[in-house]
Amino acid sequence: MTDPQRTPPAPPIFAVRAAKRAAWAVGGEKILEALVYLCGFSAIVFVLGIFIFVFKEALPVLTRENFSLAEFLGSSDWYPTSESNKRYGVFAMIAGTVAVTVLAMVIAVPFGLGAAIYLSEFCGQKTRETLKIVIEFLAAVPSVVWGFIGLTVMSRLIVQFTGAQVGVNVLNGGLILALMSVPIIVSISEDALKAVPDSYREAAIALGVTRWQLVWRVLLPAAKQGLLAAVLLGVGRGVGETMAVLMATGHAVHIPHSVLDSVRTLTANIAAELGEAPAGSDHYRVLFLTGVLLFTLTFGVNLIADTIVRGIRRK
Amino acid sequence: MNALPASSRFTETPAVRRKLRQEALAKWIFCAMAAAMVVPLLLIVGYLVVRAAPSLNLEFLLEVPKRGMTEGGIWPALIGTLYLVFISLAVSAPIGILAAVYLNEYARDNWFNRVINLAVINLAGVPSIVHALFGLGAFVYAARFGYSIISASLTLAIMTLPVIIASTREALASVPRSFREACWNVGATRWQTIKAIVLPNSISGILTGVILQVSRAAGETAPVMFTGVVFFKSVERGDLLPYYLNEQCMALSMHLYTISTQVPGVQPSIPFATAVVLLALVVIVNATAISLRVYLRSRKKW
Repeated sequence: MTDPQRTPPAPPIFAVRAAKRAAWAVGGEKILEALVYLCGFSAIVFVLGIFIFVFKEALPVLTRENFSLAEFLGSSDWYPTSESNKRYGVFAMIAGTVAVTVLAMVIAVPFGLGAAIYLSEFCGQKTRETLKIVIEFLAAVPSVVWGFIGLTVMSRLIVQFTGAQVGVNVLNGGLILALMSVPIIVSISEDALKAVPDSYREAAIALGVTRWQLVWRVLLPAAKQGLLAAVLLGVGRGVGETMAVLMATGHAVHIPHSVLDSVRTLTANIAAELGEAPAGSDHYRVLFLTGVLLFTLTFGVNLIADTIVRGIRRK
Repeated sequence: MNALPASSRFTETPAVRRKLRQEALAKWIFCAMAAAMVVPLLLIVGYLVVRAAPSLNLEFLLEVPKRGMTEGGIWPALIGTLYLVFISLAVSAPIGILAAVYLNEYARDNWFNRVINLAVINLAGVPSIVHALFGLGAFVYAARFGYSIISASLTLAIMTLPVIIASTREALASVPRSFREACWNVGATRWQTIKAIVLPNSISGILTGVILQVSRAAGETAPVMFTGVVFFKSVERGDLLPYYLNEQCMALSMHLYTISTQVPGVQPSIPFATAVVLLALVVIVNATAISLRVYLRSRKKW
C-alpha cells in the first residue's frame, strides 16, 4: 500500500451506487417525506378544526337579542323546551360539574398519591409490576361500564348505607369518577417521584432517616410540582367525563346542597339533550356553546398541567 | 433500612423505636391505599360476573336482540363495534404513526413544533362529548356523510389519534441514537434510516400502543351516539357483514347504555352480561398488549 501506482485504488462502490439510485426511488422518498410532514401538522389542523366547527355551530345564538352570555353562565334557569319562556342558564350544571369533580378529587388525590408513594418507594419489584397491570386495567375500563356500575352496584350501596332516597347523586358520581381518575393520578405522581434525583435520597438516607421521613421531608417537597400536574390532569379528566356521570349522578338540574343531591353536569347535559334538540334550533346551538365552554376549560387545565410537567422534565 | 439488631453499636433509644414504629405504620397505610384501588375493582368485577352468569354463553354473543331488546343476544352490537374499531384504527394508526415519525425524526425544536406538541396534548384532553359535537358538525353535516358508520369511525379516529402519536413517539425515542448515526454514516438518507433501522426496531412498541386503542375505541359511547350509532337495527343472526358503511349501526357501549337506562323490563342478567363482554374485550386487548411488551423487552438487543 506504500506505492499507489502499483496497486490501483479500489472502485468507489458506495459513491457509484448512491449516484445510480433510481429517479423513482428519490422521488418516492420525497413524496413519502411530504406525507410525513403533512401528518405531523395534522394535530394542529384537528385541534383548530374542533374549535372552529363547535364554535361555528354555536355562533348564531350569541347574536340573538333574547340571549345573553351573562345569563348563560350565571343563571340556573334551564328551560330549553318551554313554550313561552325559554331560558338557557347553565349555572346549575356548572355547579354540578364542580361538585362532582371536587368530591372525586378529594377522594382520588390522597389515595392516588398514597398508592404512587407505595409503588415507587415501599413495594418490591413483583408487587409493582402486578399493581401497574391492575392500574392499566382500571384505566381501560370503558366509561359506560363505570356508569353501569354506578347505576347498579354503587347506587344500591349508597341507598343502603346513607338512607338516601335515590342512589344516583353527587356521592355516586364522585366515587365513580374517583375510581376513573386514580390511574392517571398514580402514573403521573409516580413519574414525578421517580424524577427526584437519587442524590437527594442518598443524602437523606446518609443522615439516618426512615423511609417515611424520606417521603415526607424530601420527596414530597421536591416533587410537589409534578404532583400538582397529576391532580390537574385528574381534574381535566373529571370535568370532561361524560357517560359515567350521565348514568351515575341522576338528572336533576339544580344546585346541589349536599352530597346526596342529584345533579346534572355540563357534559351529561349535552349527552342527554343533543338527541332531542332539532338541528339549527337555539337549544341545539346553546348545547354547542356548552361544548365551547368545556373545550376552553379542559384546554386551560391541560395547558397548565403540561407546562408544569415540561418544566420538570427540563430540570 | 431494616430494624437495627440489638447487638448493634448504636443503642436503641426510645426515639429510634418511635421512628421505626412510624415507618411501619406509614408502610401499612400506603399499602392499604394501594389496596383500596385494587380490592373494589376485583369485588365489582366479581359481582358483575356473578350477576351476568345466567346469560353468559356463546348463544348470547351470536343471537340478535328480541322482544324490544328485552331478551336475546348482542350480535348486531358486537359486529357494529368491530366495524367502528377497525375503520377508526385503519384511519388513525397510519396518520398517528407518521405524525410521530415527523415529531421524533424530522422536527427541530422551534416554536412551530412546540405548537404541534401542544396541539397533540390538548387533543388528548378534549372531552369525549366535545368530540361528539365536532363529529356531528364536521362529518355528519358539513361533510354530508350523514349519520353513518363513516362519521362515527372518523370521530373515533380523531379521538384515538393523540394517544397513538404519544405511544409511537415513545417507541421511536427508545431506539438508541447511535443506531441512526451508524446508518447515516454509510450514506443512507433520513427516510432510508427510518425504514431500515428505526421502524423495525420499534415496531412492537408501536403495535402495543395501537392495540391498546382498540379497547378505548370499543368502549367509547359519547362520540358515536350522535354520529352514527343507533338504539336498534335489525340484523340476521350470525350475519358477518350486516352493515353498509353509509348506514347506521349498533355498538356494544351504546347498547349497554340503552338497555340499562332506556328500555324497561329487560331480563336482569342481560345488561350485566353486556358489561362483562365489554370488560372481557378490554382484558383480552390489554393482555395482548402486555404480553407483546414482555416479549419485546426479552428480545431487546440493547
